[in-house]
Amino acid sequence: MTVLDTPAWRPRTDPAPLMPDPEPHRLLGTPEAARLDPALLRRAYAELVRGRRYNRQATALTRQGRLAVYPSSTGQEACEVAAALALTPQDWLFPSYRDTLAVVARGVDPVEALTLLRGDWHSGYDPKATRTAPLSTPLSTQLPHAVGLAHAARLSGDDVVALAMAGDGGTSEGDFHEALNFAAVWHAPVVFLVQNNGFAISVPLGKQSAAPSLAHKAVGYGMPGRLVDGNDVAAVHQVLTDAVERARGGGGPTLVEAVTYRMDAHTNADDATRYRDEAEVEAWRGHDPIELLERELTARGLLDDELRQTAADEAEAFAADLRERMNADPRLDPGELFAHVYAEPTQQLRRQEARLRAELAAERGQEHH
Amino acid sequence: MAAPTSASVTAPAAGAAPQPVPGRGIGSRKPATMAQALNRALHDAMAADERVHVMGEDVGTLGGVFRITDGLARAFGDSRCTDTPLAEAGILGTAVGMAMYGLRPVVEMQFDAFAYPAFEQLVSHVSRMRNRTRGTMPLPVTVRIPFGGGIGGVEHHSDSSEAYYLHTPGLHVVTPATVADAYGLLRAAIASDDPVVFLEPKRLYWSKADWSAEDPEPVAPIGQAVVRREGRSATLITYGPSLPVCMEAAEAAREEGWDLGVVDLRSLVPFDEDTVADVVRRTGRALVVHESSGFGGAGAEIAARITERCFHHLEAPVLRVAGFDIPYPPPMLERHHLPGVDRILDAVGRLQWEEG
Repeated sequence: MTVLDTPAWRPRTDPAPLMPDPEPHRLLGTPEAARLDPALLRRAYAELVRGRRYNRQATALTRQGRLAVYPSSTGQEACEVAAALALTPQDWLFPSYRDTLAVVARGVDPVEALTLLRGDWHSGYDPKATRTAPLSTPLSTQLPHAVGLAHAARLSGDDVVALAMAGDGGTSEGDFHEALNFAAVWHAPVVFLVQNNGFAISVPLGKQSAAPSLAHKAVGYGMPGRLVDGNDVAAVHQVLTDAVERARGGGGPTLVEAVTYRMDAHTNADDATRYRDEAEVEAWRGHDPIELLERELTARGLLDDELRQTAADEAEAFAADLRERMNADPRLDPGELFAHVYAEPTQQLRRQEARLRAELAAERGQEHH
Repeated sequence: MAAPTSASVTAPAAGAAPQPVPGRGIGSRKPATMAQALNRALHDAMAADERVHVMGEDVGTLGGVFRITDGLARAFGDSRCTDTPLAEAGILGTAVGMAMYGLRPVVEMQFDAFAYPAFEQLVSHVSRMRNRTRGTMPLPVTVRIPFGGGIGGVEHHSDSSEAYYLHTPGLHVVTPATVADAYGLLRAAIASDDPVVFLEPKRLYWSKADWSAEDPEPVAPIGQAVVRREGRSATLITYGPSLPVCMEAAEAAREEGWDLGVVDLRSLVPFDEDTVADVVRRTGRALVVHESSGFGGAGAEIAARITERCFHHLEAPVLRVAGFDIPYPPPMLERHHLPGVDRILDAVGRLQWEEG
């Protein structure tokens, strides 16, 4: 025995069990799919159809000037829906700006979920009541929040798991590294879901990372990495549920890489034809999350016209309600911008608020003339 | 050095020895350092509220490189006083999550310049979470940062970073200059529902004053400046590490015939404009003193506010005595950078006395 064999220097974790599978895990269309719960598949189907309709409606709202911007998750609905379904009500979700569908699938009012993207100053929904953190715009900066919250819950003896969402580009950020390292060291009950949709705005994964897979990054931190077909809602749900249960049982964090594709441009303001071929998009259209599930349901005789129609009707009603409520002009009070900067406004803020209110009063006076 | 005008010539200020407050621990007051008072504040805050968690690099077993967290892990356990991985953004980022869950984290950044990796968390999340959530999710996080020079530190160990923080809406920026304030302001920072950047002047860690740990004197809430010395010729406005220098300068100025007042801001945000304006209106001349670089520094904001509020009372432009606009110099040269008594008195001499 040398000093190199003493516990502080010896590698402490066998990396083999942490390694992701070489190929993304799939369930739909495989023999294993026969064991899947029909009720879960039906629910997932309805959620996917609604999710696709939500993405279409939100994108339409940008064209009508009702949303300032919308980063679409079209093509990624299986990840968004499965993330929400894998959590219990006491768990926490930490979404990025592309994850409003996961927020909506958790049960948050879509108008509230879209508040920031509408161009308002606050996050809309109440994070404590919904156990959903505000959408995070700076990439991966919400991941350490998830770790800290999960850690705090564990210290308090509470049964809470945090699920944090990021994209392939987000894995290059320093906060991604720090969050995973803290999570592993603290054994925090947190699950990281990376949706590898192929692009960080225009930059493809090959310019983002030279890792064997993004899931492999987990091994360096001492946590398991799982690779899953992100368009296979059953597989994503199973992998996430396993990770959540592992965290809940004291097993620590997991990194999940879901391989998927961003069918739309980065946002409505982006032009994807400048950096990718239509042929690639077309190829992914043949691996659509809704179609994959439809094929499975059809093969097992679980998809009849009634389910199809019910899901379509529900999605349409959901979209119509969203459209109607988003078309109403929101009532904004500019003076409220000063109300929550601090618990008590400083004297300087009070003077500035008075100044703004005076300007508003003068504007109203001019309108009356 | 120009002589002050007759209007401003006054007798030296009467001895301003602090009067003990009757019934408040007079018997138990004994010399204590600022470091001891800060340590005691953390200890008392953790004892009073189990939601208070201390976290940072080397804060546990070692007790921090300045020993401010000495004994806390022993007294409260590793889970309340946690040695974190060496990653400042991760430390503050996880503290955000802990605060979201209802804890009151007190984060130690080991040195001023090592806090910069946490800047994004501070600016994009810590300062904004209350606002972003319309008040439903306040973040009671205290970020302790040993700051400033004068201790012979090598590069990156002597920065004055207050200007970066005070420019960020949503943060309180507090810095104590006395032993009693170190205790009282840190307790107030931890008790605050708003995030507080708590800047600890490194070179005052070992400064001593008579103080009672068992019965600490009450300290005003965050946001109130204090007049450390009344004066009638001119007012020195300062904070944190520069307070003792200003007090020394005011004492030395008596030989020149100047009766200088000294205001200790204690908190840069909120900025106590009323106290500063009241004092400056009485003296008509003001000098802002800090060791951080002058350009775009706290002194620029303070001077502008004074001009806006006291213009017709001013006998001279508000001057600033600050560090030079250079990267913080190495230990062998830092004494040339730090504003000292002579540089302050020289500036006082330029307050247009001859035109009064």
